[in-house]
Amino acid sequence: MRDAPGTRDYDWWLLVIVAAICALGVLEIYSATHGSSLAGMHNKQLRWLAVGVVLMFILSRIDYHLIMDQSLILYLVCIAALIGVLLIGNTRFGAKRWIPLMGQMFQVSELAKLIIIIVLARFFTEVRSDKLDLRDLIKAGLLVGVPLVLILKQPDLGTALVLVPLLFVGAFLAGLQWHHLAAIVLVGAMLVGAVFYPPVSKHILKPYQRERITSFLHPEEDAKGSGYQLLQSKIAVGSGGFWGKGFGNGTQNQLGYIPVRYSDFIMAAWAEETGFKGVLVALGLYMALLLRLVQNAQRAKDRAGMFLVMGVAAALGFHVLVNVAMVIGAMPVTGIPLPLMSYGGSATLFVFMAIGLVMNVRLRRFVN
Amino acid sequence: MVSYIIVGMIGVLLLGFWKLQVIDSDKYGQMAEINRVRSIPIIAPRGRMLDRDGRVLVDNRPSFSVLLLRDDPPLVEKNLAAIADGLGLSMSDLREQLDNTKALPKFQPIVIKPEASGADLDFIESHRADLPVLEMLSVSRRRYLPGGYMAHASGYVGEASEQQIEASNGKLRPGDVVGKAGLERQYNDILMGTDGMRRVIVNSVGREVGHLPQQDPIPGKQIQLTIDMDLQTVAEQSLGARPGAVVALDPRTGEVLAMVSRPTMDPNDFAVRISKEEWKQLNEDPLRPLFNRAVQAQLAPGSVFKIVTATAMLEDHNPPESFATYCPGYGTFYGRQFKCWVYSSRKGPTSHGTLTLHDAILKSCDVFFYNAGMRLGIDRLSYYGDKFGIGHRTGIDLPSEETGLMPSEPWVERVFHRKWYAGETISVAIGQGAVTTTPVQLARMIGGIASGGVFKQPHLRKDLPTVGEERVPLSEPTVDKITEAMYGVVNEPGGTGTSLKIKDVELSGKSGTAQVIGYDTRAKFGKQKKFDDNGWFVGYAPRRNPEIAVAVLVQEGGGLHGGESAGPVVRDIVKAYYDKKMKKMQGEVTADNSNPPKPPKPVPKNGTPAAALAPRAAVLKEDEHTVQPEPARDDQ
Repeated sequence: MRDAPGTRDYDWWLLVIVAAICALGVLEIYSATHGSSLAGMHNKQLRWLAVGVVLMFILSRIDYHLIMDQSLILYLVCIAALIGVLLIGNTRFGAKRWIPLMGQMFQVSELAKLIIIIVLARFFTEVRSDKLDLRDLIKAGLLVGVPLVLILKQPDLGTALVLVPLLFVGAFLAGLQWHHLAAIVLVGAMLVGAVFYPPVSKHILKPYQRERITSFLHPEEDAKGSGYQLLQSKIAVGSGGFWGKGFGNGTQNQLGYIPVRYSDFIMAAWAEETGFKGVLVALGLYMALLLRLVQNAQRAKDRAGMFLVMGVAAALGFHVLVNVAMVIGAMPVTGIPLPLMSYGGSATLFVFMAIGLVMNVRLRRFVN
Repeated sequence: MVSYIIVGMIGVLLLGFWKLQVIDSDKYGQMAEINRVRSIPIIAPRGRMLDRDGRVLVDNRPSFSVLLLRDDPPLVEKNLAAIADGLGLSMSDLREQLDNTKALPKFQPIVIKPEASGADLDFIESHRADLPVLEMLSVSRRRYLPGGYMAHASGYVGEASEQQIEASNGKLRPGDVVGKAGLERQYNDILMGTDGMRRVIVNSVGREVGHLPQQDPIPGKQIQLTIDMDLQTVAEQSLGARPGAVVALDPRTGEVLAMVSRPTMDPNDFAVRISKEEWKQLNEDPLRPLFNRAVQAQLAPGSVFKIVTATAMLEDHNPPESFATYCPGYGTFYGRQFKCWVYSSRKGPTSHGTLTLHDAILKSCDVFFYNAGMRLGIDRLSYYGDKFGIGHRTGIDLPSEETGLMPSEPWVERVFHRKWYAGETISVAIGQGAVTTTPVQLARMIGGIASGGVFKQPHLRKDLPTVGEERVPLSEPTVDKITEAMYGVVNEPGGTGTSLKIKDVELSGKSGTAQVIGYDTRAKFGKQKKFDDNGWFVGYAPRRNPEIAVAVLVQEGGGLHGGESAGPVVRDIVKAYYDKKMKKMQGEVTADNSNPPKPPKPVPKNGTPAAALAPRAAVLKEDEHTVQPEPARDDQ
């Protein structure tokens, strides 16, 4: 029985996987940007990774129970920050998502994801029965709903959507009842239907969001317009073939046909240059990462730890699914980055802090 | 269970990649290439056309087209007005061109102005920065001799039609220039080169960042024609602006030495995109300037046909050679009166007296041939007409040659479902009725008969791999008598072509004048007096085994007959042929060191007769006494 956990108890396998994925990301960011005005971006990403590692270790050392005890404050800070960004945030790419902090621009919604993971874990831990009753379900829904609406307001549909699987996975583990599940699925199906049905969607979606839906459904219709991104991404992936065009030789990547090739569409660049074999490696690593997270959740000492780790797994799994599906044209453009590979400060820090929480739980699995 | 979901999720994503990267990899690979490579065609020049002595008849000149790059539609849209203004195009025309090419891929530039002026090039050059959607394309443009010189033989080029593109098995693309008529069309595969391709790598904003190996254009091959530019020039000027046609050929080889059709058009107009209005006008012109009368006009041969009747008579000995008939100016057959042309002649006697075959050919007596035709019957007439090529294409290497028609009993039964009227034979015997021929057919026929029954396939390409030949066995006495009579037409007193006599040249021939014009043409223009007479003269020299045979058709009113209207053209050409031959023999001038040929004088498309006759008189100056046809030699 040790009070302070030792370095041996860190999940070194998980760290190896994370490091490998980050390495792929940095390599591909280098390949995608070295010949352009964005050259040097991989160095910036390395710096973010370094900051992320530090944050991860810090977060792993503070007992997660202590953190979860501050849920209410964290939640309020989160809501305040989201309102704040709507009031004073910087607008980039047509959305108010950023606030300046220490000379860098941060996406508040990335922080919100982390806090919601903690808050939900805390909430579901408190549900002490095997079955989740309707009242608790609604409470959890409201808990997620408020930040979700605020994030939608920015607007940032992608990040807002990430909150949904957090709620869903948490509720499921907390004993979601089948008839509630059915109701949620029904409502969800109606929402999706509404999004894809123009007469309804024009009331609930922004024009750029509707355009994305349209371009997803008919990418070839206007190859230079809104369908451009998805089509170019598919061309990049498909033209890579099984063996790939070679690192630094992807024409779609190097000539800039892939949209934001260093960030949201980095998987398209990777797939073009390394081919299906490279995709096997990358997706294999993500699979290992997610499985390792789930294993950590199962070995958690208590419900709180389990909920926390599963929340992280759900968030990362959802990111991977939605981002990669978008890259192969199976989902509309939502602006969700690929965890650990895509360039991005806030997103990278979020993932490392989330991993920090997982380490936190793991370090304390034998501690009473 | 959660682990299974994760594995399943990754599996599904991998399936998605498998589909794109393995199953559909080729498709996307091509799309990536299309993205990255912009192909700018390098137009291959068409092959030239040379005359038989190697002089240039048709070649190319460098030119520029203005291309509009359409990769960025909003940018195009924004600058449309500036472009229209700068290039002097109408906004609606530009808009129409854009609309017409909407279906083409965006990366494919379109030609908005095929013939760019110097000012246009300056405009593009000086607006490179603010109008990046404009580009110049260097092309080579077809150049023909001016004034419609040899226009119907050479034909013209134009943008490939949709049907041509479809029929070409992918060889042709929209915008490609192909031969549309005449030799340009006939030998398009030889003349047309293979366009090259400049392939540049462009990035996503369209900037050139490199290039791939260039594919050089393969120029088209030149063809040498059998046309003799000297004779062609004489033929062009001698026919002037009168509607009609000239075909001069060498019966020994079938080589066409000159070919003219009037009215003409200027194929240079087609070398650049022709406007819809101009095209419509050319097509709807009642004089049909696009129509090559030399091979397409199907007209009654008139008295030229009497050579067929005479040959049939001599070969069949029916009526016998000694047959003589009295011409009272008309004859009654099957209860109907058929006039001889001499009967209605304005001057001189109204009767030919008693004639034998020789005199009947000389004087072109209708009554004699009515009788001969009646004895022969339609079967024998059509047998010989058919043998001599009437009703068949000569096989000349030009598209859309017509067949003419040799009527026969089976033909009326097949087409009109009735019996042959015996009276029709009488008309056919003198080249009237349903019988029609083209000028090239008559040149081949008369030349072939004078060559003892050897008919060479007329052709315009010098090194045609195989020249067709047909032999109709004619007995020596027959050929002798026929050629003697045709020599007499020009050289004996009383002949219908004595005004055409050339010193030291055995010019022979047969005149013809037909009041009937082709059935279809007649329906259209029958009431126009202008088209009432088709004057023919088919001449050749020397009298046996000729070196040159010339068929001339002149379609004009004014009461002139074949010997008067068409004969002088034949005479001019044959004379020019012998003049050149003499000079060559004397070594004064050879084809190789001769001065460039006389610049062909433009013949106005719808020129006045006076303007057209002026150059003709100039050519004939050396022999002034023959310029005016001798009076009062009417001919039917």
